[in-house]
Amino acid sequence: MHNFTPISALIGGIIIGLSVVLYFYTTGRLAGISGIFENAVTQSSKRLSNILFLIGLVIGPMFIYYIISPNEPITFEITHSYLLIIPGGFLVGFGTRLGGGCTSGHGICGIGRLSVNSMIATALFVATGIITVFILQQLGVYL
Amino acid sequence: MNDKIISLISGVIFGIGLVISGMTNPEKVLGFLSITHNWDASLIFVMGGAILAFAPFFFLLKNKEVSALGAKIELPEKQNIDKKLLIGTALFGVGWGLVGLCPGPAIAALATFDPIVIIFLVSMAAGVLAKKNIIK
Repeated sequence: MHNFTPISALIGGIIIGLSVVLYFYTTGRLAGISGIFENAVTQSSKRLSNILFLIGLVIGPMFIYYIISPNEPITFEITHSYLLIIPGGFLVGFGTRLGGGCTSGHGICGIGRLSVNSMIATALFVATGIITVFILQQLGVYL
Repeated sequence: MNDKIISLISGVIFGIGLVISGMTNPEKVLGFLSITHNWDASLIFVMGGAILAFAPFFFLLKNKEVSALGAKIELPEKQNIDKKLLIGTALFGVGWGLVGLCPGPAIAALATFDPIVIIFLVSMAAGVLAKKNIIK
């Protein structure tokens, strides 16, 4: 596990958790990003608030990338194959809305609420994610 | 402080947390999903840290009638574990494994100005709209 970064992962995770706390404490809503995204794309109620949350989600990283550490290269390694990107994006959008949540909605908010559904959902999407990566590796797509 | 300002601030903090945690890099997320080769367990610490920060506050706040801004506390309705939950989350995991992006990091990735992110987000929006129009 030469890429293992538990300290920064834990600190980043706690910051994410505090954002979810702030959002819930003030607005009374749970910060599930797939739900916020769906709302921003389709709903009229609270649409501006949801769009602003998503804009914040871009401003936060920009602040770190371009103001806090402008000399450090941005580590963003992603496939540029449309064969992965297009079905990947579609399944993430379709699947999270059909299943009622994503890594934040089920994985953080749901497990934090001790929701059994969210625990099952999280175990399931991690499992199918692992299987998908394993198959791609066998096909030589990923290392 | 109104709902819109607080939504923006929450998003900024969430995005900063994502960068610090390393989860804005799809390769790192794929490292977590790659259990047979160079496994990177960092994602467990991200999720664990977030849950540890959120859970105690949630149980303190959940029985309040209204939020600090006077809004209704909105909790998901109790649901049975049904086909939608199982099929939906299973498909989400496949998409996650194909690219290494879930919704939060996908949106945060716009900050990199890599145009491939826009293709991913348009596909993701198409998936959201497809679900909304096909399945009631």
